[in-house]
Amino acid sequence: MYRYDEFDANFVSQRTEQFKDQVRRRLAGELSEDEFKPLRLMNGLYLQLHAYMLRVAIPYGTLNGRQMRKLAHIARTYDKGYGHFTTRQNIQFNWPKLEDTPKILEELADVEMHAIQTSGNCIRNVTADHFAGAAADEIADPRPYAEILRQWSSLHPEFSFLPRKFKIAITGAPNDRAAVQVHDIGLQLARNEAGEIGFVVFVGGGLGRTPMIGRKVRDFLPEEDLLAYSEAILRVYNRYGRRDNKYKARIKILVHETGLEELKADIEAEFERIRFGVLRLPDEEVRRIEAYFAPPPLEVGETVSGAVENRKETDAAFAQFIAHNLNPHRVPGYTSVTFSMKPIGGIPGDASDAQMDAIADLAEEFGHDEIRISHEQNVILPHVRLEDLPALFDRLVSAGIAEGNAGLITDIIACPGMDYCALATARSIPVAQRISERFGAPDRQADIGELKIKISGCINACGHHHVGHIGILGLEKKGEEFYQVTLGGSANENASIGEIVGRGFSSEQVVDAVEKLVDTYLGLRSGKEETFLEAYRRLGEAPFKEALYGAA
Amino acid sequence: MKVITANRLLNGDVVWLGDNGSWVERITLARVFEGKEAVAEGLAEGAEAERNQEVVSVYEMDVTVEDGIVSPVRLRERIRATGPTTHPQFGKQAQAVSA
Repeated sequence: MYRYDEFDANFVSQRTEQFKDQVRRRLAGELSEDEFKPLRLMNGLYLQLHAYMLRVAIPYGTLNGRQMRKLAHIARTYDKGYGHFTTRQNIQFNWPKLEDTPKILEELADVEMHAIQTSGNCIRNVTADHFAGAAADEIADPRPYAEILRQWSSLHPEFSFLPRKFKIAITGAPNDRAAVQVHDIGLQLARNEAGEIGFVVFVGGGLGRTPMIGRKVRDFLPEEDLLAYSEAILRVYNRYGRRDNKYKARIKILVHETGLEELKADIEAEFERIRFGVLRLPDEEVRRIEAYFAPPPLEVGETVSGAVENRKETDAAFAQFIAHNLNPHRVPGYTSVTFSMKPIGGIPGDASDAQMDAIADLAEEFGHDEIRISHEQNVILPHVRLEDLPALFDRLVSAGIAEGNAGLITDIIACPGMDYCALATARSIPVAQRISERFGAPDRQADIGELKIKISGCINACGHHHVGHIGILGLEKKGEEFYQVTLGGSANENASIGEIVGRGFSSEQVVDAVEKLVDTYLGLRSGKEETFLEAYRRLGEAPFKEALYGAA
Repeated sequence: MKVITANRLLNGDVVWLGDNGSWVERITLARVFEGKEAVAEGLAEGAEAERNQEVVSVYEMDVTVEDGIVSPVRLRERIRATGPTTHPQFGKQAQAVSA
């Protein structure tokens, strides 16, 4: 795992000291709220409905047991005993006090963590495939490149006041699990005919009020050009991106308004000017960073474990877990295990301090001390021996995170919504909880198969509803919560934006509406192997629309 | 009818403007303002408290008063006044039980 060097450690501790002084000046009346707000946001501190909220960065979703234990400690000591994993692979604490935040940041710095680049109009912390470094389908681990981008973007003087925030995601596998096509820059690792590593580059994807799929600007960007090309994109955006209207300020609008060809030409022209300069990545530097992410020593084992097979025979919950919560590992005898933070009827992404401690213990005991957070708000141990699965599962049951529902209908993404968020127009979590209860029976979920429901409590789309197979957007209509349903969205390598199926539903009706959609799918699918999304793409919206609203 | 609300600077707690310039933790204790001028005066008091580092994010919100009980009109403000609906053990709703 990447370890801070002296520069990183100094940078984080300087920032912590700086913020401590800013809080002191704020409390002493030397800074007004208008002056203080951008400073606190630069350190991840928001003001939400009930309290402040601190968003802590988990760069590319990677952390270790010691760091997870620190998050548990912060939840217990400074908050109300829980945290919330977000769709940006971060964690949010919902109840910190302003006066405590400098101390919290100090504690985080002790374990090489911080809240930098979690807010503001800067390059946000880079997200990556949560199976990075482990997945069987991976071309290369994307995290060294994410870290290189992190080093380039942190405190980048030219890009500290962009027109709007800027999000970069990177995946190392052809199966995109990092939703790269709905990011400002999406990078997909690829190999050219000569076997060299490079990137497919997408620009201008995004969700929010104007959802767009990113446009491909490069089929193959050589590794050595990663930073120069990224800098060229950012320069063009910084120069031409709109600053007159916050809602039209993301790079997706610039791509849309300028046109892909002209913008591509601008990027290429800028790139040509700087490509042989200081940003050209030296091979030895990439290999040096890569070494930080070197996989743990893994002994090749049997691809089938007798212990697992035996247990499956007698334990339905275990069998369900094995069927859904494992991802193929590149080393035989190993697997990547998803801990579901979506208990039936529970709050998607919430983890108690005790659960975080348990995850830390399990990572150290069973997972070579590596933990990942997924943008789907789950926790992953990337390197687990198949042989260890029965023992690991028992411990997950004790911790309450053993639901075998990864990728199923109850593995719902939901933003905090109006239960916490100052921007929300409706609640998200209670809708997720009710859907989870409705479909929670193991056989029913398994029969429905892969189905991604994503719920946002406002148009800003933190819950990624546009790319849900079924997307739910909470709005306010005449003082009541009101939910708009979209169908056919997807965030993988065949990304698509969901389409609004018709008029929205009240809070009472929305779960029934989802059930009608699911029943329609079950009735019309060509077989169990045809997923909801595939069926929707084959059939179009008509049968689903009819199920919801009757024949036209 | 309106009340003036804000968050306490120090800990972020939701508060409402009460009598004599105090900031109260329960909406039932909030001072109710009627008419544009009265609301403007309330907001001015809020702005002053903001300048004195007592509170942040001051704004007015609609309420109804029935049998002397002040209730927020919008769901958002009802949730602010009680706590997350998903976590009855946290927020003002939890304090109400112990108080």
